[in-house]
Amino acid sequence: MNSQWLAIDEIANKVQVGQLSAVELVERSLKMIDLNRHYDAIISVTAERARQRATEIDNAVKAGKKVGSLAGVPFIAKDNFLVFGAETTAASNILRGFKPPYQSTAINRLEAAGAICVAKSNLDAFAHGASTENSDFFVTKNPHDKTRVAGGSSGGSAAAVALDMVPFALGTDTGGSIRQPASFSGCVGYKPTYGLVSRSGVVAMASSTDVIGPLTHSVADAALVLDCIAGKDKLDSTTIERQDSYLDLDVDLKGKKIGLISQYMAPGLQPEVKTVIETAARKLKHAGATIKEISLPSLPLALAVYYIICPAEVSSNLARYDGQRYGFNVPGATDLGASYTKARGQGFGREAKRRIMIGTYVLSSGYYDAYYKKAQTVRSKLINEFETAFKKVDFLIGPVAPTMAFKIGQNINNPLSMYLSDVMTVAANLVGLPAISLPAGKSGHLPVGLQLMSNQRHDRELLGLALGCEGVLK
Amino acid sequence: MADLSSDDVLKLAQLARLDLSQSEVLEYGRELSQILDYVEQLQTVDVTGLKPTNQVTGLTNVTREDEVFDYGYKAADLLFNVPSVEANQLRVKRMIG
Repeated sequence: MNSQWLAIDEIANKVQVGQLSAVELVERSLKMIDLNRHYDAIISVTAERARQRATEIDNAVKAGKKVGSLAGVPFIAKDNFLVFGAETTAASNILRGFKPPYQSTAINRLEAAGAICVAKSNLDAFAHGASTENSDFFVTKNPHDKTRVAGGSSGGSAAAVALDMVPFALGTDTGGSIRQPASFSGCVGYKPTYGLVSRSGVVAMASSTDVIGPLTHSVADAALVLDCIAGKDKLDSTTIERQDSYLDLDVDLKGKKIGLISQYMAPGLQPEVKTVIETAARKLKHAGATIKEISLPSLPLALAVYYIICPAEVSSNLARYDGQRYGFNVPGATDLGASYTKARGQGFGREAKRRIMIGTYVLSSGYYDAYYKKAQTVRSKLINEFETAFKKVDFLIGPVAPTMAFKIGQNINNPLSMYLSDVMTVAANLVGLPAISLPAGKSGHLPVGLQLMSNQRHDRELLGLALGCEGVLK
Repeated sequence: MADLSSDDVLKLAQLARLDLSQSEVLEYGRELSQILDYVEQLQTVDVTGLKPTNQVTGLTNVTREDEVFDYGYKAADLLFNVPSVEANQLRVKRMIG
């Protein structure tokens, strides 16, 4: 799908010189949201606040003020970001009605650069899932085929971008939740190095792997958004130093050393996906990159590691939802204990409860060493193997997911088969690596994404490679 | 081979403060066993000489001064979402029966 939106830097430049108005951009975005409402990508619209901010930005331009590198650019935030002007539900019944008293740092930074949030997008409740079918509200349909999922958990953000509602959307990626929906829906999805973007004001899922990133129409747009949100934040002590700039990238593919991950190309990969990835690898080679197969022997263990660590951290992070300070509350409970168990039992959806209980199990006395500690130790093994790989090559590539977008309902009754959709994305989260899903082609009417990864804190280099690849793959 | 009984599931639900229906207990018993069987594959992995990793960018004990910042909130702004408020305090159900 070709976007009707200009590149983000062009939009911002035109707003700054008065050739485009922020008010018109917001109205256009709201119109696209309304036209595509039957895809169920959006949970709430922040129209009133968006219009007010747009007017302020247009007035600032008229007054001769410099607005910022995202001047007047509309965007959509996944509904697990705290944003003024709407509820933050994380697509869960237990948070229905929650109005945030403060905003997330990422949203504040985007607003400081002149961007305007127009809506909140659908997700699997609390970002637990790979299809948005775990949303407590509705399922987001794939922009290319309404009988299929848009991917997840940032399925609403991916569909919103692919349906051209906005120039960009924000998502979160704990085990692949930006990259997999980007691959399924046909847009760019960027997962930064762990800690590069502040998570203050974002609903926590698994704190040792959660990251925030953009979903966009192009790599250049993703780089510009990252440039606005990356860097340390006193409200999130896990944030790390940023690189000076994520703009003016080195896009030359000549001499770039790239490893094709052999474990990701093994049987089990849908043949159509394999063909697209092999074709993409050939094109990169023709453009001058060196491509060789790289083996990371422990990679097939990553999913098992993830499905111990993630639920363990989920069970801890979701302990705060007890119905007392905010969220779903059952008035009929007789004492405090019953008030907790009823609010949580009725307020959480099936997948949230499933993960809370797995997490409780693997962290419980007698099982902690066998499950949680063992998983954290195998995680070290994975980290070591990636370190070795990055001594041989600068980047790693492979598919994003083992399949293209699957049918709605296909995996919903089998949690384990749903988890398998994350099998090629979780490693980057466990190791903290930056990774991107880049549209690499289509098979029939369905898009396929190419995944590119680099070592930690090499986001600038990875974006440069991705920008070079984007030119070659078009 | 993990095989969670209904009692096991009820105990987990109690630890996690979750009120479950009878059908949920049966369903979760089956599904949790299946998931635990899958992650069981880690038990045989040789990790000799390796330590567990909790934090991937090498940060340890990030500290800061305990300072007071004025974010400009009024009590009412922060109590907006609370289901039951009395005299600017949360009102909860009694704790002891």
